Amino acid sequence: MEKIKVAILGSGNIGTDLMYKILKTDGAMELALMAGIDPESEGLKRAKELNIPTTAEGIEGVLGTEGIRIVFDATSAKAHMAHAPLLKNAGIIAVDLTPAAVGPYVVPAINLGDHLELDNVNMISCSGQATTPLVYAVNRIAPVKYSEIIATISSVSVGPGTRQNLDEFTMTTANACQKIGGAETARAIPVINSAEPPIMMNNTVYAVLHEETDEAAVVASIDEVVAEVQRYVPGYRLKGKPYIDVRHTPWGELPTVIIMNEVEGAGDFFPNYAGNLDIMTAAAQQVGEQFASHLLKKGGVIA
Amino acid sequence: MKTPIVTDTTLRDGSHAVSHSFTPEFVGQIVNRLAEAKMPVIEVSHGSGLGGSTIQQGFSTHDEWLLIEQAVANKKDSKIASLFVPGIGTRPEILKAAEYGVDVLRVAVHCTEADVSQQYFEQAKKSGLGTVGFLMMSHTQPAEVLAKQAKLMESYGADCVYVVDSAGALVPESVRERVSALKDALSINVGFHAHNNLGLAIGNTVAALEAGADQIDGTLRGLGAGVGNAPTEVLIAVLNKMKLDTGINLTILMDTAEELVAPVFKYPNIIDRDNLASGYAGVYNSFLLHVREAAVRFDINPVAIIEELGRRGAVAGQEDWILDVALELQQKELIK
Repeated sequence: MEKIKVAILGSGNIGTDLMYKILKTDGAMELALMAGIDPESEGLKRAKELNIPTTAEGIEGVLGTEGIRIVFDATSAKAHMAHAPLLKNAGIIAVDLTPAAVGPYVVPAINLGDHLELDNVNMISCSGQATTPLVYAVNRIAPVKYSEIIATISSVSVGPGTRQNLDEFTMTTANACQKIGGAETARAIPVINSAEPPIMMNNTVYAVLHEETDEAAVVASIDEVVAEVQRYVPGYRLKGKPYIDVRHTPWGELPTVIIMNEVEGAGDFFPNYAGNLDIMTAAAQQVGEQFASHLLKKGGVIA
Repeated sequence: MKTPIVTDTTLRDGSHAVSHSFTPEFVGQIVNRLAEAKMPVIEVSHGSGLGGSTIQQGFSTHDEWLLIEQAVANKKDSKIASLFVPGIGTRPEILKAAEYGVDVLRVAVHCTEADVSQQYFEQAKKSGLGTVGFLMMSHTQPAEVLAKQAKLMESYGADCVYVVDSAGALVPESVRERVSALKDALSINVGFHAHNNLGLAIGNTVAALEAGADQIDGTLRGLGAGVGNAPTEVLIAVLNKMKLDTGINLTILMDTAEELVAPVFKYPNIIDRDNLASGYAGVYNSFLLHVREAAVRFDINPVAIIEELGRRGAVAGQEDWILDVALELQQKELIK
């Protein structure tokens, strides 16, 4: 079967985990290149051991390799800003795992189908991938006035990039709950927990509604979306059953949907507790698969 | 022993104890009296810091900027501080605080996560604010770890770093170790913030001073999260007896605590079962009212919730785990 050649740009933790995910799936993508800037990096070493072509020349190495159609950018927001126009000129689709957000936000379970003709899409953040589907599930049944999500992640799974840019992480996630989830207003609050052994990623979503609604319909919608996300993140699940509580809010006593969720990683490269990292790479892989299938359907020619 | 700089945080830590219901008038009155008493620093904000009015932390009944406005209007020679928790607050709130006339930003993180605070210290400095680092839940880490974390905050621009006993779980010896380690490692001021779960809020603060602490906190009549803090008026009386003259007027503090603060208490701040369990298990004090609410709603013993939160290692800002734990305990009860 014909496959679409893809490259991973960035040989850090995220890039390495994504490599294992692509290799273990017999789909529409062929991992044709692992690109980094440090020849000694763990990711490049592991790629070599697996006989994946590698380059330590970064973006230049990618542009110099024939036939690459999709690039997963797992570098940094700043680097992606520089990579984006170069990839665009080369006619390569960019799946951006950084907070650069050059292209629109995508969540595979919600809006990927709308963006398959674009050449740059953004993966938001780990908590965005985990919580926007839940806000979306509520909002399509009962409009959400305000959503608040608490994303709790283990200290060891939070890298220096997120730590130095916590504000960007917070604002991007809240923004996605509005733009993709559909909430009128939104807050996102990250919590980093350093307990040992490390805790699994867990999220709480509060969705304040304008008025009372059919609780069973909301729960059914949530179950449906969770099943949709589980197709690409098997460890994504609810903790307990979502329920509606009446909460005191600045807008009066209003029905509030409370959803608790946890994300267990697949253990490809990261330990299982790091569901936050796993959901990013699993969602990115899903995005890549859909783009690749779409390209194959079109006869492999970019319109 | 040197005379410490005292911060009164009734209008911030006390916010938890009244479910964030302070009115602008109340804030204006209290700041007016504290300023008259020559309190060097007065902290005002939602209990969980700027932007803390949320479902998770509890919504404020009044816009916190109206409270801050009243505080600044009445501050005279005192400085106004606000708490800031990265993730709950974002940089736009720091800019706004500076615009409103706040003088000092106290940046609070769980005591192993200092490296998330850099962009906030830098913003605060850029906005001309004084900066304090708050290492919350300091009982969970040994002195060396705290010293390293404090050192990071110093490198980001903190003027002072506090050992914060958020759970009221420290005893004098463990306070001395921690404060001494910070004093040895840092060239900036070191502070201590107490909670009274083990009846040691004043004792631990004195221990911190013995170990060289430069700054300490109190709240009028001890109005603060959970069982509350070192009562500011008692603290000043103790400092006077120790011949440490802060220049703060004890009479005004006593009158304000008695006449203005005592009437706003929603529950007595005595070391009852829940508060002792919380300190003993090392659980964040701001959880208290949320735990009590969940205990009633799900018909479970609050101590069972508190102990499980302690086992799980819940940190500040994890009020949603209270619900999670309560639901789990209820399930277990049903299975029985």
